[in-house]
Amino acid sequence: MSVPLAAPPAGSVDIDRRMGPRLILSRVVALCVVELQKLSHDRSELVTRAVQPALWLVIFGVTFTKLHAIPTGGVPYLDFLAPGVLAQSALFVSIFYGIQIIWERDAGVLAKLMVTPTPRAALVTGKAFAAGVRGLAQAVVVYAIAELLGVRFTVNPLKLLGVVVVVLLGAAFFCCLSVTIAGLVLSRDRMMGIGQAIMMPLFFASNALYPVSLMPGWLQVVNHVNPLSYQVEALRGLLIGTPARLPLDFAVLLVATAVGIVAASGLLARLAR
Amino acid sequence: MSEPAVSVRGLHYQFGETKAVDGVDLTVLRGEIFGLLGPNGAGKTTTIRAITALLPVPADVIEVFGLDVAKRRMAVRRLIGYVPQQLSADGSLSGVENVALFARLFDVPRRQRKERVAEALEIMGLTDAAGRLAKTYSGGMIRRLELAQALVSSPRLLILDEPTIGLDPIARGSVWERIAAVRAETGMTVLLTTHYMEEAEQSCDRVGLMHQGKLGQLGTPRELIDGLGRGPDATLEDVFRAYSGGSLEDEQKGLRDVRATRRTAGRLG
Repeated sequence: MSVPLAAPPAGSVDIDRRMGPRLILSRVVALCVVELQKLSHDRSELVTRAVQPALWLVIFGVTFTKLHAIPTGGVPYLDFLAPGVLAQSALFVSIFYGIQIIWERDAGVLAKLMVTPTPRAALVTGKAFAAGVRGLAQAVVVYAIAELLGVRFTVNPLKLLGVVVVVLLGAAFFCCLSVTIAGLVLSRDRMMGIGQAIMMPLFFASNALYPVSLMPGWLQVVNHVNPLSYQVEALRGLLIGTPARLPLDFAVLLVATAVGIVAASGLLARLAR
Repeated sequence: MSEPAVSVRGLHYQFGETKAVDGVDLTVLRGEIFGLLGPNGAGKTTTIRAITALLPVPADVIEVFGLDVAKRRMAVRRLIGYVPQQLSADGSLSGVENVALFARLFDVPRRQRKERVAEALEIMGLTDAAGRLAKTYSGGMIRRLELAQALVSSPRLLILDEPTIGLDPIARGSVWERIAAVRAETGMTVLLTTHYMEEAEQSCDRVGLMHQGKLGQLGTPRELIDGLGRGPDATLEDVFRAYSGGSLEDEQKGLRDVRATRRTAGRLG
């Protein structure tokens, strides 16, 4: 039993040359595996987090479909709303990660992770895609609820794969945004307040509930810089076939996620201090 | 190959106006259990965080097995197993999952992973509890789980920050026993901090006393006690009182730390 625990050979210190994509990928896998394990131990969270999107769909969606109050270009309002609610439920999951990282900091978990041979960017990318895994699980639940309510989503596997990528990127970006804010405020209580304070504006200042053309001018401006809008546009295009600028949407989400990872990793040292 | 496990020369660290570490020189020899002693707020944790490169340190101040911490951060971390002061295992994961995460983060090859995880848990006496969620563990079991996490990568240097804080006496004894057993088995170097002088006297090969950011009084517990000249019944605590001018506990800070640890223990269930 002493063999594996013996000190590693001196040459192994040079493994740290193996930086870059492979190392990042292995850390992303490690942190996503942990997220899946946590999900498998406590599935109740999937259910409690499904309550809010279910209410949006069942009450808001069904009512406004009957009212015909929002012009959606021939698409039933519930179909129009469902991708927006799907994006929103993944957003709400991700915003939680800023609170979680402050909690991990207070509990010593973050320090322990940072003392492993894991560059900060890899740690943040791992967290971001772990948020993506959770967001995806949540999206599956919303997808199922919407199907039950009679929304006809696409079954095209290629488009569904696109949906998976969009949900992952969206969740990753909002996770990084949340971690970045956490790195600035450094307090769990303040982070709770800020999380609440930015979630709803992000949601309302997007095209999740209504088409952009209905928005007042100033809100349209906000909408154009809100990554959630690009996420919703892509999801709507892929899931129900409304017109979407898919290359632009994917590009915005990719760039936003990359910027988010850089910003959050830059602030991680502040959290560890 | 005879460089020391850790060598610190002239370490200073300041948080705003507060000098947390004020000119520390320290050498930890290979294979020894070295205890950094002192009350809360003495600068022990800051010293440790500098050695693990969690805090930015200038070049040529700290070397771990001959590697400059400022220049070879990732390489140094591959050699270190670290257990922070707080009970930091993840309560929502099982024992196996907690240890497997660290096996992955240290690039333990996939083929060896399962075996190494099982072995680390076995050494810490957690085989039977390995499948249970860590939130069902007692404080002492969580500490041992954290030791298993730190050991799964076969580190050459184990760094433990207050390994027995917040534990009951039996759990403390068990943690010390396991640390001693691992050292005996592997010849691993252990650097730890504690403010329990009695435990340090029993378990450390050499100790250094820290007070207000400075390190004085370096040697084996016996040497320090003999150096005091008060006969064989004196203790390390007496040495520390003589060195620091009386204050062993910075009480306010002490209470705050204990509270933080209790909170963590409560959270884990």
